[in-house]
Amino acid sequence: MGLEEETGGSAKDVPPTEQELSAEFDTTLQKYLRGEGADLEALKDKKLKGQLTVREKLYGNSAKAAAKFEKWLMPSEGGYLEAEGIEKTWRIKQDQITREVDILSSRNQYDIVLKDLGPYTLDFTPSGRYMATAGRKGHVAIVDMKSMELIREMQVKETVRDIVFLHNETFFAVAQKKYPYIYNRDGIELHCLKEHGAVSRLQFLKNHFLLATVNKFGQLRYQDVTTGGTVSMWKPTSAAPLVKMLCHHGPISALAFHPNGQLMATCGREKKIKIWDLRKFEVVQTIPGHHAKTLDFSQKGLLAAGTGSYAQVLGDFSGSQNYSRYMGHSIAKGYQIGKVSFRPYEDVLVMGHSMGWSSILIPGSGEPNFDTWVANPFETSKQRREKEIHTLLDKLPPETIMLDPSKIGTVRPYKKREKPTKEEMEAEKEAAVEAVKDIALKKKTKGRNKTSKRVMKRKVLIDKAKKPFIEKEMQEAGKLAGKRKLGEETELPASLKRFVRKKAAV
Amino acid sequence: MKVKVISRSTDEFTRERSQDLQRVFRNFDPKLRPQEKAVEYVRALNAAKLEKIFARPFIGAMDGHIDAISCMAKNPNFLKGIFSGSMDGDIRLWDIASRKTVCQFPGHQGAVRGLTASTDGSTLISCGTDCTCCLINVLSFPSCHADCACLHIQANAVYVGKNAYWAVDHQWGGDLFATTGARVEIWNHNRSQPVNTFEWGTDTVISVRFNPGEPNLLATSASDRSIALYDLRMSTPARKLIMQTRTNSIAWNPMEPLNFTAANEDCSCYSYDARKLDEAKCVHKDHVSAVMDIDYSPTGREFVTGSYDRTVRIFPYNGGHSREIYHTKRMQRVFCVKFSSDASYIISGSDDTNLRLWKAKASEQMGVLLPREQKKHEYQEAVKNRYKHLPEVKRIVRHRHLPRPIYKAKELRRTVIDAEKKKEERRKAHSTPGSIVTESVRKRRIIREVE
Repeated sequence: MGLEEETGGSAKDVPPTEQELSAEFDTTLQKYLRGEGADLEALKDKKLKGQLTVREKLYGNSAKAAAKFEKWLMPSEGGYLEAEGIEKTWRIKQDQITREVDILSSRNQYDIVLKDLGPYTLDFTPSGRYMATAGRKGHVAIVDMKSMELIREMQVKETVRDIVFLHNETFFAVAQKKYPYIYNRDGIELHCLKEHGAVSRLQFLKNHFLLATVNKFGQLRYQDVTTGGTVSMWKPTSAAPLVKMLCHHGPISALAFHPNGQLMATCGREKKIKIWDLRKFEVVQTIPGHHAKTLDFSQKGLLAAGTGSYAQVLGDFSGSQNYSRYMGHSIAKGYQIGKVSFRPYEDVLVMGHSMGWSSILIPGSGEPNFDTWVANPFETSKQRREKEIHTLLDKLPPETIMLDPSKIGTVRPYKKREKPTKEEMEAEKEAAVEAVKDIALKKKTKGRNKTSKRVMKRKVLIDKAKKPFIEKEMQEAGKLAGKRKLGEETELPASLKRFVRKKAAV
Repeated sequence: MKVKVISRSTDEFTRERSQDLQRVFRNFDPKLRPQEKAVEYVRALNAAKLEKIFARPFIGAMDGHIDAISCMAKNPNFLKGIFSGSMDGDIRLWDIASRKTVCQFPGHQGAVRGLTASTDGSTLISCGTDCTCCLINVLSFPSCHADCACLHIQANAVYVGKNAYWAVDHQWGGDLFATTGARVEIWNHNRSQPVNTFEWGTDTVISVRFNPGEPNLLATSASDRSIALYDLRMSTPARKLIMQTRTNSIAWNPMEPLNFTAANEDCSCYSYDARKLDEAKCVHKDHVSAVMDIDYSPTGREFVTGSYDRTVRIFPYNGGHSREIYHTKRMQRVFCVKFSSDASYIISGSDDTNLRLWKAKASEQMGVLLPREQKKHEYQEAVKNRYKHLPEVKRIVRHRHLPRPIYKAKELRRTVIDAEKKKEERRKAHSTPGSIVTESVRKRRIIREVE
């Protein structure tokens, strides 16, 4: 693929540490190459081959540059938790961790108790800086997580089922008793989405600017928040679901997706968490013993499951999608965890429960290095405004919602068309004739519009339409006749067999 | 236990003073960008649309001649100027920036058929149908001012010949020039008689071009439908290629001097490798009427053609179809085209007595670009090229408005070609396999090659 070896010299001469380093470099390189290169040996077109070789070389170089950047130039390193001796990571408590880390991080471990206003649900902006929480009894609050400052707090005086941020912290949507509402950062109600009705859950697709709502009858609706128009039912291009999976023997209580888009975790009433591979739609792992009411994946792939008043964090440490216990935390007895959510770009897990919300430290869950152009926790208002405009320009049309978004721009695999059966050919012929029959013939004047001529012309058109099918049939018949001829030569009728020259008997 | 948690101090990640630039941190991990391909596709679509919005190739027309423009010449030492000669014998030097005439040269009694400038830019050589060949010293002309009247300059030398001249071209780096008419004649600046003559056949030779890389090699085209290559060091002509239709003009690729492209009467241009003339390297087909003139860009990667069908087209050097077409209601038959020496502009001279100035890249922003603008343009170009095969993007990128006669002519040609192809296929299907052989397009138009 035009890649050169990083370390020169044979394997024997290179000391083992350098070999490990180059292997690690190769894995990061694979990540940046984004799949296999094109198979150029199969090409016969020399011009295309030359052009593609140059391009593949460029891809190789840019992937190498990105891998080197990742190795040397990233500002932060990820978090970790290592148990020493006979310690087990899942037995380590939060106060032990809080004692060991710096003050700024230890401030991230707290419990906020709000007794009156019902189980709290929460949502983060993609940068992890702002959090929107809503209590069932109508308490809505927007909090700046960096400074722990309450930006806006209000009481909507209705049952609130869900809350979600729109494209940035200046807008959020609340699923209230009768309809979902969209509010400003200052708490001003901007829109009331009446067509959606009483909605139980909300989700926002930030690249498409679509607000998805689902109600208790299972109806899914998409709302385009830039133009205000509703898109359609299930998937914007088809009315039926793309994939239907039977996950559990019973109702599913929680669902979460891995950020790489290839894993899904589901939990059912029978106290098992199943990890699914979304490319093959099969179970990768079953973890028994948990009846989780809420699941969430972190940016680094840790899975948090909240059951009752206990939150369990599972991690995949061998890299082979084998989740095992990592950490656990139990909040005060009697509090029921309603929603767990990892904070993006931080090693923090926030749990919304029936008496408020709690935040705990989970080392190694957040992505340490953020990209300013993707999500910036230190965003200024000017940067926020610019970003809003750029994401609006790059707004994806609803048709790009698909199972594998990396398929855009790829070549469709060549499907060998099987020979159509006789019925299919008949059907095609009929269809062609019908199409021809609909053509309107020009009405001629001055005595040239005789009926006999018109009938003849129509007949000629129909014969022309049928011609290719008849030719095909004749070709097929010719081939069969040829085959039969060969067969007949070897098989004479019985009466003539006596005249066949037999080989002279020895 | 060993524990570490992500903690970012605000000082490290924000700027110190308000005069500083905002700090930018990058992480190129594809995991952070789950829908990068879809976003790129949307950007490609927007880039294609923006390119069409900003596509304004016509800059201006240079008015002044009173008869059709027959030939143009570039001055290798002076980027801003262009010489043009018209059918009534008038020769002018234009300043492209202000689109005004700087100098007017005496010219000829009849039509000026050929113009060329010497490699050091000091002499302009013109030839015409009045059997004369003029040499004019052009070193000492002032730059143009808008209100100053254009100067008239006397000729340095006038050489009279026996027959009308059809074309002239100057050697690259030498001091010889060639004129063609009844035969090919090689002249020296100081001699009033040709130094050498070549003759092959009895037909008029209508165009000549010296090779930029090999100064002794020249290519000519004659009205007996042939292209001939001559070497000045040999006493006889080198090689001749006879085609089915006449070649109006030839241009050598300045970056690959072995290859030349011939503008033919049968609406296409043929690129040849001078070493192997039995097969065309590439056939460039998009015009609907005879191609009159052709000129290569200094990059050697594309060339511009002007045709009798009132359009100017830009072709890639190795591609069969044009990437761009320029036309105006007021521009009539295009007789000559030139690519400017900085590869940014195209000048076309046409039947309606005007020279027109066009941009080589229709949506290019002229002037000095900031580095950020430059990068953005490059990015948009790259993302558009990555997705230009997809139907939505392709439809926008390919779309060009054609004048109705050209559109109809194209459709007609398409019907004719399809009908011929179908007939050929049927003949093949109904005859013994192997008895009818179709020739490749690159060989089809060549009759024979002669030593």
